[in-house]
Amino acid sequence: MSEQVVATEQDLLLSRFPEVVKPDERKGYDGYIVDSKALLDFAKTLRDDLGYDYLSSVTGVDYLPEGKMEVVYHAYKTTGGAPLVFKVQVPREKPVVPSLVSIYPGADFQEREAWDLLGIKFEGHPNLKRILMWEGFHGHPLRKDWHEPYYEEEHKPYKSRWPEGKAFRAEDRNPFGKNVDYPAGFDPAKWTPDISDALIYEGLGRIEKPHDDLPTEQIIVNLGPQHPSTHGVFRMVVTLDGETIVDLEPVMGYLHRNHEKIGERNTWLMNMPFTDRLDYLSPMSNNFGYALAVEKLLGVKPPERAEYIRVIMAELTRIQNHIFAIGMFLNDMGAFFTPSLYAIEERELILDVFEAVAGSRMMVNYFRFGGVARDIPEDVMQKIHDLAFERLPRRIDELDRYLTNSEIVRARGEGVGVLTAEQAIAYSTAGPVLRASGVPYDVRRAEPYGIYDRFDFDVAVRYHGDVYDRYLIRMDEVRQSIRIIQQALKQIPEGPIMTGKPQYQHRVPPGESYGRVEGPKGELGFYVVSNGKGNPWRYHVRAPSFINLTALAEMAKGHKVADIVVILGSIDIVLGEVDR
Amino acid sequence: MDGTGILKGLAVTFKRMLDTYIDDFKRGKKRYYTEEGIRYRQSAEVKGIFTVQYPEEKLPVPEEFRFVPFLVYDEGPNGERKDRCTACGICTKVCPAQCIWIKRATNPKTGRPVPRSEEFYIDIDMCMNCGLCAEYCPFDSIKMDHDYELATYDRHKDNILNKERLLKPASYYAQIRPLNYAREEEAKRQAEEAKRKAAEARAKRMAARKKTATPPKKKDNES
Repeated sequence: MSEQVVATEQDLLLSRFPEVVKPDERKGYDGYIVDSKALLDFAKTLRDDLGYDYLSSVTGVDYLPEGKMEVVYHAYKTTGGAPLVFKVQVPREKPVVPSLVSIYPGADFQEREAWDLLGIKFEGHPNLKRILMWEGFHGHPLRKDWHEPYYEEEHKPYKSRWPEGKAFRAEDRNPFGKNVDYPAGFDPAKWTPDISDALIYEGLGRIEKPHDDLPTEQIIVNLGPQHPSTHGVFRMVVTLDGETIVDLEPVMGYLHRNHEKIGERNTWLMNMPFTDRLDYLSPMSNNFGYALAVEKLLGVKPPERAEYIRVIMAELTRIQNHIFAIGMFLNDMGAFFTPSLYAIEERELILDVFEAVAGSRMMVNYFRFGGVARDIPEDVMQKIHDLAFERLPRRIDELDRYLTNSEIVRARGEGVGVLTAEQAIAYSTAGPVLRASGVPYDVRRAEPYGIYDRFDFDVAVRYHGDVYDRYLIRMDEVRQSIRIIQQALKQIPEGPIMTGKPQYQHRVPPGESYGRVEGPKGELGFYVVSNGKGNPWRYHVRAPSFINLTALAEMAKGHKVADIVVILGSIDIVLGEVDR
Repeated sequence: MDGTGILKGLAVTFKRMLDTYIDDFKRGKKRYYTEEGIRYRQSAEVKGIFTVQYPEEKLPVPEEFRFVPFLVYDEGPNGERKDRCTACGICTKVCPAQCIWIKRATNPKTGRPVPRSEEFYIDIDMCMNCGLCAEYCPFDSIKMDHDYELATYDRHKDNILNKERLLKPASYYAQIRPLNYAREEEAKRQAEEAKRKAAEARAKRMAARKKTATPPKKKDNES
């Protein structure tokens, strides 16, 4: 049946856009290639006529040998199902693509990211400036011909390490600045940025007097980057009218390390431990997403036991992430550490499990293509059992009694930071933020991966879209995760945990693949392109905390400055993933 | 909004506080500074205080815990060291941080490479403790350590480990990872057994062939 739907969809698209829309016929690719002139109409048709109302991911790809830049879009229906992938190809010398922000506002940050890292210009974007790199940065680092300082070789493994290995440190080769590449005629001492902070403020501060009788002035306040409640090095430029937020602009990139460039230098397997460092609170889910993306290309399937282990680990990750998020959220509300230490206690026990199974509490590096690294020992299985059947349900109930009906939590949370369902979809928010706004969209149900179709669980949903609902939905999801683990523990079979022999070099067939999982923060996607070599040609992360921030300004407007901390806490960001 | 929610919440914290004292009375001195106490405080049924008084108390690390690689050497009967490493370079190739440097030894007479490392360095400032080197080493020669107290005064001097500092005896490995060690030794023993059996079988076959091979020769001679 689904085939038929796809066929009619394809007919409709191809007949409505003759000449300008073609199926992507490269081997290993699918979706449509859209002419950049027709992109806006095409996107409008998708959204309004076909029901693809959710633009999940925007990815730029640099096809250096073909002299082309490509922008890949993944659109979904919020009622579930597979993505519709469409691409725009533009010449590399003059990459200009129409911006989709007017149709899908969620494309905002992602298009800025593609501009920043690949130099693809988005015409009609309301605010096209760098987002992850600083304003004075020279070049676009994800372009294939851009080389970083300390550049050694195009791909790992580097030849200098073996057999003629010579030990030196990277910093010893950098006699203070000689390794930094400035453009000709550039003197960093004399440089002033094109877009200075003053300009950012000016652009934000629409200086008009809101009250006729009061001689007030709007002021701009920087929250962060060094601020304990921004959960890391995150900055919000807030325009205030008295205590009310008039406008807000998130500024990020302080923790940027160009994860994707590193990923393209790495071999396929080497990226696995790097994914741990994205959202370092939920490493198992990151591993899961990347493993899925590459397994799709490789065409391998993990054995039964490994599938169950993956689910158990991913759900334990969700539990510890949500409990921790709730605890820290209460910190943001002003509860000084008692709730968060209660939360950390449970998280600690789950991290003990990770440590015993994977070898590390946070940087687990546990998944492999076609399985997992090692089996769960018997005593650890017992501990997971104790946690899932005894301790965690009890502790969640206790947390519930402690917080849910507290008048302070309700007064601070109810009606604050409201995001309607339409806005949540339009801004491409994902995970708890989306579901708290009344959209029951969960990748585990919408497009089941692994063996999630076997479990009986409810997609948690709440309808007010405020901060309090985002707190409640995390509670709900923890309960659902416990349910899934209980079922998985009952069903898990004996057997191997790896398909084929463990190998460190992978022959990945050419093509593209997009693996996505429902991470604790939302839809976590990995878009990888292989050209048949030992390294990914493109490795892109659809980072949920990054994209969820697109809606932050919308949520914050009109609230008091003290609420902004709570609103940010309710989105639950991790800067390792926001900045990548 | 009459404050009962807050009061109920405070009852939870109050109960938690009581639990701490009750547990202290119930378990007495056993609760702190004993192995049993630490294990209890890490178990799923713990109540009350949860923390460990580091460095007086230390958490036991699980066998799979990994922190910075080391090299394993076998001890000979007279205490001589036998490196397991053959300088095959697989660890340098899987290392995501590229922090392992190996200089392969060469035969001074012929100049040909020999399966032995001359120098072996790991820059533990760069090492990301992923454990891939240990996972893919075909000779069980590089393993992940359990020692996590690595603070030093001079990172330039102390944090590039050379071979001397990396090498640790197999007995140490057996002590920190008993199950893995036993499994690997068993696998080695089986491989050797299989090899020995194969050799025996081959010898038998050869002997048999010799026996059967001789008569036809005679026939050949006869004809």
